[in-house]
Amino acid sequence: MELTRRDAIIAAFAGGGVTAFATFGQTEGLLQSRNETTELGDAEMRTLVATAEVIYPSAISGIETFVENYISALPPSQQGLVASVTDELRSHTRNVRGRDFPNLSIGERNSVLRTMGVDRVGSDAYGTLPERVRYYVVNQLLYGVYTSPTGSRLVGIQNPVGHPGGYESYQNHPENPQSDAD
Amino acid sequence: MQTDRTPSENPDVCVVGSGVAGALVAYSLARRNHDVVLLEAGRRFDLAERGRQLEEALRPSRDINDIWDMGGERDQFTSSGDIYYGLNNTRVKAVGGTTLHWLGITPRFHEKDFEMNTRYGLASDWPISYEDLRPYYAEAEEELGVAGSSDNPFAPPRETGFPMPAFPPSYSDSLFADACDDLGITMHSVPQARNSETYDDRSQCVGFSICIPVCPSGAKYSADVHIRKAEEHGARVIDRAPVQRLDHDSRGERVEAAMYATPDGARHRQTADRFVLACGAVETPRLLLLSTSDTYPDGLANSSGVVGNYFMDHPIVSVTAELDQPTNQEPIGFHTRESHQFYDHDDPTPGSIKLVFDNHNPANPAEMAMRGGDSGVRGDLTDVLTGDSWGDAVLEKMRGATPNRTVRLFASPEVLPRQGNTVELDRSKTDNHGNPVPDITFSVGSHGRETMAHCREIQRDILDELGATVVSESSLENPRVASHKMGTTRMGVDPDTSVVTPELRSHDLENLFIASSSVFVTGGAMNPTLTIAALALKLADYIHSDT
Repeated sequence: MELTRRDAIIAAFAGGGVTAFATFGQTEGLLQSRNETTELGDAEMRTLVATAEVIYPSAISGIETFVENYISALPPSQQGLVASVTDELRSHTRNVRGRDFPNLSIGERNSVLRTMGVDRVGSDAYGTLPERVRYYVVNQLLYGVYTSPTGSRLVGIQNPVGHPGGYESYQNHPENPQSDAD
Repeated sequence: MQTDRTPSENPDVCVVGSGVAGALVAYSLARRNHDVVLLEAGRRFDLAERGRQLEEALRPSRDINDIWDMGGERDQFTSSGDIYYGLNNTRVKAVGGTTLHWLGITPRFHEKDFEMNTRYGLASDWPISYEDLRPYYAEAEEELGVAGSSDNPFAPPRETGFPMPAFPPSYSDSLFADACDDLGITMHSVPQARNSETYDDRSQCVGFSICIPVCPSGAKYSADVHIRKAEEHGARVIDRAPVQRLDHDSRGERVEAAMYATPDGARHRQTADRFVLACGAVETPRLLLLSTSDTYPDGLANSSGVVGNYFMDHPIVSVTAELDQPTNQEPIGFHTRESHQFYDHDDPTPGSIKLVFDNHNPANPAEMAMRGGDSGVRGDLTDVLTGDSWGDAVLEKMRGATPNRTVRLFASPEVLPRQGNTVELDRSKTDNHGNPVPDITFSVGSHGRETMAHCREIQRDILDELGATVVSESSLENPRVASHKMGTTRMGVDPDTSVVTPELRSHDLENLFIASSSVFVTGGAMNPTLTIAALALKLADYIHSDT
């Protein structure tokens, strides 16, 4: 299924993006206090796209455009947090693999994440590096795709929780979803 | 961000608490030119934060109390009864109060709920009737914005239609309809304070499907709506200002001041001509019990000794079952059909039942994917060994949980007020200001137990007729509660057995009033919020006419 720009913008907006995210109070102070805020640049975006290619189902296409639109639509404070942790992931990858994360194959990227323990820890905005990668990178990307209709249609849901697709779809017969909820 | 938290100078009315009761009292008085100041223990949440709160609510790492900054030293409590009472899951301390995370269901109480002793010889009658409250119910429905329909043959009499049309039935409602038809059970729409169309400058429901714990669109009513309106009419709201105690005059006849704390560590003294406590059925009695003096060693407004007694809530009775066909695939976050057929009863026991046909869909793709395809915490426990799935593997796991084939019924049964169900002070534990925390004692008596059992019988009959296989049932012994806190400062005409008069004025102090579900004499089986709102509007009229 092809992810669209609309998927990305609505997912980001619904999750507090654009103007809706005037305050990202609690977590904003976290990395600022460590002087670790980072501007989201090409390197960070390439790393996020490279991560999405690992954690998104292969049935999804248009990942690069979706991730760029979704992350760019997040409020600046949240982008900064995502970018900071993404940079930490890049540094870690260079240390253990000698190359930048996006330059690895999908299998190697998968291995980096799993060797770090990102798949075995809970997500924690204030936690260890694997926990923060799970929170700000992996789960941020999963949140974006599975609160979009294109992602949720992979499991037969037109208007997933977290997506403002109107209140008609819940009335539909399960085998005849007439409503195009996006 | 508020910086001036110093007291207002000689306001007409000081309201304590900014939930639906406090907000409506403040608004109703401020728009009639009364000088109102409102003290709220929690902080103000900007509407712009709701997107972040939505994301937090869906992330598996979140605790539900984090969404509205609940928990911590400020909100400590203890639970002592037969049934554990998880108080902080049932309330929000913030500008807007618990309506910030409520479901939004707004039925009226029935006539019988006010006449339990006369009709059945149970508990006590309210000192007011449905007819006394009826015009205020209509006003409350207008203020909150209630979507509903006149298709409920069991509803009490009403004078006008609802402000908005009801939400249509879900697909699973249609499955239940055939079974209920065969059993002679009538289903009908559900009145709820959720916009089915644009109303009061708020959006219609846009289907985020996450009414609890936060409505990102503002389509679901929350009391911050009336806080904003009150402020537009000149009311002043001081947030992060928990009231520590109330002081009275030398004769013990009038409250003189509310003593409150502010984040800078200062203490302030807010005087006013009148005081309205609107802090719900736990913090209202707690504040009265904390306000001891030589004149009132057992707490303020407590000459009856019943402050904190008769605490009530509705224990939830639910059954989840599976069908051999797909049921709801699309989430919505609220239910759209109920039956009040079992509400008015002839014999005293079993009591009233409100039966709910849930729009059950456990599949939440974002949450499942972030959990690595696990359906809950139990799955997370094995992650440390096996690792989570992502990519195609997680999609396969998620597809294994779809299509949804489950349906669910739940019900709230009537329980009677019991003097031994209490909110007291636990002096062994203190909050962030050194005050004893509330201790909740809650149990269900024989009337409630029989009514719960009757709920379960009805639910099983419907599921049998539907041909569904029961997969789980809620515990009748240790039920979850519906977060409908009631009782504890009940109204009555006898100062020896009640705390406030029918006008909601303290029997003991002439300028102290209470607007809260704490004044309920009995609790019926209906969601209490519309009745809280109606009582608040009635109280505001009384204060206005009394000045």
